[in-house]
Amino acid sequence: MVRAKTHVYGDNIDTDRIIAGKYTKTLDMSTLAAHVLEDLDPKFRERMQIGDVLVAGHNFGTGSSREQAPIALKTAGVSVVIARSFARIFYRNAINIGLPVVEVANHQIEQGHEVEVDLSAGIVINHSTGEKYTATVMPRVMIDILQAGGLINYLKIHNDYQL
Amino acid sequence: MGQTLAEKLISSHAGRTVHAGELAIVSVDGVMTTDATGPFTLQAFHELGGKSLWDAEKVSIILDHATPAPNERISNLHQMLRDFAQDMGCHFYDVGEGICHQLMVENEHVKPGDIFLGADSHTPTYGALNAFSAGVGSTDLAAVMLTGKTWLKVPETIQIELVGELPAGLSAKDIILHLVGKVGIAGATYMSVEFTGETIHDFTLASRMVLANMAAEMGAKAGLVDPTGLDLWYDFTPTLADCDANYVQKHTVHVSELKPQVAIPHLPSDVHDIDTIGEVKVNQAFIGSCTNARLEDLQMAAQVLRGKKIASGVRLLIAPASRKVFNDALADGTVSILSEAGATFMTSGCGPCVGTLGGIPADGDVIISSTNRNFRGRMGNPNALIYLSSPAVVAASALTGEITHPAEVMDSAKTWEIR
Repeated sequence: MVRAKTHVYGDNIDTDRIIAGKYTKTLDMSTLAAHVLEDLDPKFRERMQIGDVLVAGHNFGTGSSREQAPIALKTAGVSVVIARSFARIFYRNAINIGLPVVEVANHQIEQGHEVEVDLSAGIVINHSTGEKYTATVMPRVMIDILQAGGLINYLKIHNDYQL
Repeated sequence: MGQTLAEKLISSHAGRTVHAGELAIVSVDGVMTTDATGPFTLQAFHELGGKSLWDAEKVSIILDHATPAPNERISNLHQMLRDFAQDMGCHFYDVGEGICHQLMVENEHVKPGDIFLGADSHTPTYGALNAFSAGVGSTDLAAVMLTGKTWLKVPETIQIELVGELPAGLSAKDIILHLVGKVGIAGATYMSVEFTGETIHDFTLASRMVLANMAAEMGAKAGLVDPTGLDLWYDFTPTLADCDANYVQKHTVHVSELKPQVAIPHLPSDVHDIDTIGEVKVNQAFIGSCTNARLEDLQMAAQVLRGKKIASGVRLLIAPASRKVFNDALADGTVSILSEAGATFMTSGCGPCVGTLGGIPADGDVIISSTNRNFRGRMGNPNALIYLSSPAVVAASALTGEITHPAEVMDSAKTWEIR
């Protein structure tokens, strides 16, 4: 369960704007976090508090396969990403590294709203407006990977994929 | 019920017949990772407890994204990948050998009928080879390196039928840009895109790779080209879609009606006919990337620029797709034509396309590029404007200093002299 303030962006936020290619050649996660969303919103790092929720429109994470994109968001302290839809590699990467991603096709969440996300129930409540949304249901294997905290832990626990 | 290409290729690796929407665990025939995604891949591999690869013959590591290393940090990451490849005995391609996707195809690490995964979003390129290939992230790739398998959802398929002959001065890039514009940047998310029709029957492997490559810009998991007419240097058994396969969408494109296509900043799907974008002056022109830097691309550019000089004030940069491409272009005189016209040749690799090194634009610069993405900041500067086009349009634009239809500057634009 997460309850936090939102930072809201639009459609087609690509991985270059989540973390530019010039910063991705590193294993230092704090460097990634320091430059997260830099070209999209230079003030993001100043405004955000640990645990805040990132909200976007359609096709969040389009573009590159760089896992540095969800790693940068997670390391910066983003607790959940809610979007109307996600690009497929980003979506899978986020789950694999244990960053919760929630698809809510019809959300009307705005900047600064306070939302509550119940990951296991797949419910998002917007406390600023009273609206309640149901998230798209993930395949069981993805829920299990997320609950394990990512693919590495999942495979350590299960030893193999279980569909 | 009949099967699409994706359904057939996945079924043959899942040990059972599958259709769109089903989840499957599949055996994987090969994987690759690069200096962009490789360090995190190795980290995940070690965290998984990996001591050895599931099959060293099926794993490739390529240094191509920031090559040669521009600083000690990246140089040390390169060394870490070199050391790992040596310890594990897998295939390794060092700085300057070429772009990962080109090397996987040239060196037969991926072949028709395979399932191949790459830690790079343009891995769908091998759909040109009649293989099912998809991009994944570092952790997914590390898991395959250890286990030799992955799980996936069998994608639905959009069928694209291409009919007619391309007009003078156009090439496969104009078709795929048109389609990205039509289907949209997310129009094929989670799906496979199947290219078929008479137009592609005499397409080279290189041209087919252009189509499959930019299926990624529609959000697709895979881009599969009907292998009819596919001419390879080795024998293979083609996999064909069934006539009664189920498609979620079908589009037909009459390619003879196309004009050169240009994607304007900052989205690859914001595609327009070249004659509708007005006068666009350019500062830099780039021919490179896994999309358009193969021999035929350089030959088309040379046909535009033969005996001419690029406009003053324009920088024309060329990064061939691989050392083999560069050597072939040297041998047939293509490099001389381009160099004499004023082109600067760069390391075979991804640097300028992805903004990691080489050709970083200045604030306000306008770039015409044969690459695949024009997101803000893509080439390393968020204050630059990137336009995407075919290599011929890039060459013609370098010649005049503004975005130009190749036929306007060619003596004979009727046919491409692809050798």
